[in-house]
Amino acid sequence: MTVALSGKDIASQLEEKFPDSIEETSRDCLVVKSDSLLAVAGYLKDTESLAFDYLNYITAVDYYSYFEVVYQLTSLKHNHSVIIKSRCYGRENPAVPSVIGLWQSADFQEREIYDLMGIKFEGHPNLKRLFLWEGFQGHPLRKDYL
Amino acid sequence: MTTTEMMTLKTEPFVLNFGPVHPSTHGVYRMRATLDGEVILDIEPVVGYLHRGIEKLAEERTYSGFIPLTDRLDYISPMSNNLGYCLAVEKLAEIKVPERAEYLRVIMAELQRLANHCIAVGSFLNDTGAYYTPFMYAFREREKIIDLFDMVCGQRLTYNYMRIGGVGQDIPDEFLPALKKLVEQMPRWVDEYDLLLMQNEILLARTKGVGVLPRETAINCGISGPVARGSGVNWDLRKADPYSVYDRFEFDIPQGETGDCYDRYRVRIEEMRQSLRIIKQAMNDIPAGPVRADVPHLIRPPKGEAYAHLEAPKGELGYYLVSDNSIAPYRCHIRPTSLINLTALREMVKGWKVADLIAIFGSIDITMGEVDR
Amino acid sequence: MEVSSDREYIYTSSELDQQEGQLIEEVKAGARESIPDPDAWLDEEVKRSIMLSSVDAVLNWARRSSLWTAICFPACCAFEFIAAEGPRFDMSRFGMEILRASPRQADLMITAGTLTWKMAPVVRRIYNQMPEPKWVIAMGACAISGGIFRSSYNVVPGYNKIIPVDVYVPGCPPRPEALIYGVQMLQKKIAKERPIPDLPQILQRGKKE
Repeated sequence: MTVALSGKDIASQLEEKFPDSIEETSRDCLVVKSDSLLAVAGYLKDTESLAFDYLNYITAVDYYSYFEVVYQLTSLKHNHSVIIKSRCYGRENPAVPSVIGLWQSADFQEREIYDLMGIKFEGHPNLKRLFLWEGFQGHPLRKDYL
Repeated sequence: MTTTEMMTLKTEPFVLNFGPVHPSTHGVYRMRATLDGEVILDIEPVVGYLHRGIEKLAEERTYSGFIPLTDRLDYISPMSNNLGYCLAVEKLAEIKVPERAEYLRVIMAELQRLANHCIAVGSFLNDTGAYYTPFMYAFREREKIIDLFDMVCGQRLTYNYMRIGGVGQDIPDEFLPALKKLVEQMPRWVDEYDLLLMQNEILLARTKGVGVLPRETAINCGISGPVARGSGVNWDLRKADPYSVYDRFEFDIPQGETGDCYDRYRVRIEEMRQSLRIIKQAMNDIPAGPVRADVPHLIRPPKGEAYAHLEAPKGELGYYLVSDNSIAPYRCHIRPTSLINLTALREMVKGWKVADLIAIFGSIDITMGEVDR
Repeated sequence: MEVSSDREYIYTSSELDQQEGQLIEEVKAGARESIPDPDAWLDEEVKRSIMLSSVDAVLNWARRSSLWTAICFPACCAFEFIAAEGPRFDMSRFGMEILRASPRQADLMITAGTLTWKMAPVVRRIYNQMPEPKWVIAMGACAISGGIFRSSYNVVPGYNKIIPVDVYVPGCPPRPEALIYGVQMLQKKIAKERPIPDLPQILQRGKKE
């Protein structure tokens, strides 16, 4: 059975290494500040005891005052998983660093979020629209579209 | 020109478009391939020709009203899509499903896996050049499975059978004898198919060693399903993170060693045999009882979010639901198995020829409905 | 993916994307009205009881008994079409077993799946590449009116906004038996056509000009 690690377990390990990177912790997930996202993700992937080598999915949710980007990571070796989130406040030009350097599976998923939500991923080599065509106005999955 | 002059012929790469309408692109998938003669240097996939905006439509429909839309995602295995969505809503609202419904769900999901692998293997062989003969053989067997589904829910392709809290309706009396007959006949057909093709020279030459996906790349690219297991990744959600009542059944997880097209093909054939094993066990143990929990039609799950995943025939299919206590989901994200499996295509085809591109693409087995949603 | 820009006609992928985007916007702007049935006049002609010549009858029989389908399979209805071609609901008894990859060799287009705005220029191009005489069967609810996805931002409400449609087969997806019934309706429609134009009339017109 895949153990879903709670945010609090990992938060204590992360607080020592990266102080001031955690925004909030809860039973299900861990909210990380967007500028320390890459460092935290790299640590989660490379540490032996955690070894999160498999990225399940990346998605984004539009809560009117902020956008939240959700990542779920799984470790195939230890069979545990964790959910990490990162917030972008404000609706103009939300941006988050890209994790494509760590997990290749982020390639198409980040392009999809850029296409449908408008969140830019800094460091992505080919960030252009995936599903809709060049010249489409707007980002359909936002709550204020149509 | 002398031979040495011809060997040093100057060439230039050019871009060839495998357009959205192509007999072997499994739907409307477009690739721009940069070729140097026949050798592929790079490909750039272009998707979105079937993007119907299902995730946005989820915010307009009620929770129960979204189930027919999930059928149309991976339209070759709709039962798994329905099941994934219902698992996510049940996790969000903490609903307990009755025992009989769980067994029926397992039987339907495994029958769906059989039907899906029939098409997957058939169209893979179609792509490698056995023009339509194995495809039609596979369709003949798929028709028998579809007859069973027709008996249960009245539909041939988009079943809409799973409900939040159970299944739609109970099975009629003639279902179990018909299922028994199928389970007795099917292994013989799988063996016959296997025997015809396993040692076929052309198939071996076209698929052995072609399109190798190394194990580490598969994990890094987030590949799941038969493609990952063909590369040696020992990860099957039915064993690693059991959902429904899968922990009560005995079955094996077939794995490949090298990760070439032939291994993926063999993994699918073996999975068909294991599915038959699971169905036999489920059929014998199915208890009596209600088939649906007492759940209101306009369900309002409490505020929160949930992610539920299952081992669909193509890989890990997951639904991420966010609820704000109203009758429609606030956000529904579908983890697209086929889109993520496509991430590895670029690595797999570099250096191979155009004909191998088609064979490798066919062995990943994608459905555009799931890629584009 | 960058290719060396020595020749003018090798485009970068972003230019190709921009061209495609412009084309889609043009198609979307021009597709407000449905294209009416191209053979609606046939019923009135039959009411006025036009006699078909025997050559007409033979040509119509040849055309309707060997319809070759062009491949255009976006979505789920494709699998019901393939099942109709399969060993159980055998369509080759109607002469339709051939599925032509190239639209230049086909005369029937069965639109099996939802049409999106991104796919619309491609479908129109395939339709234009088919030589006359050609017919279109709109298969499934999505092809008739956009179906269950009608309110989506990327779905065209029906193929008849882009190409003229002859027969509509409802269902989601229609059973293979329903598709075969639709094909038989199309065959009846083809039987009423007048492939050979009225020679005396043309000669008359020629004399006047």
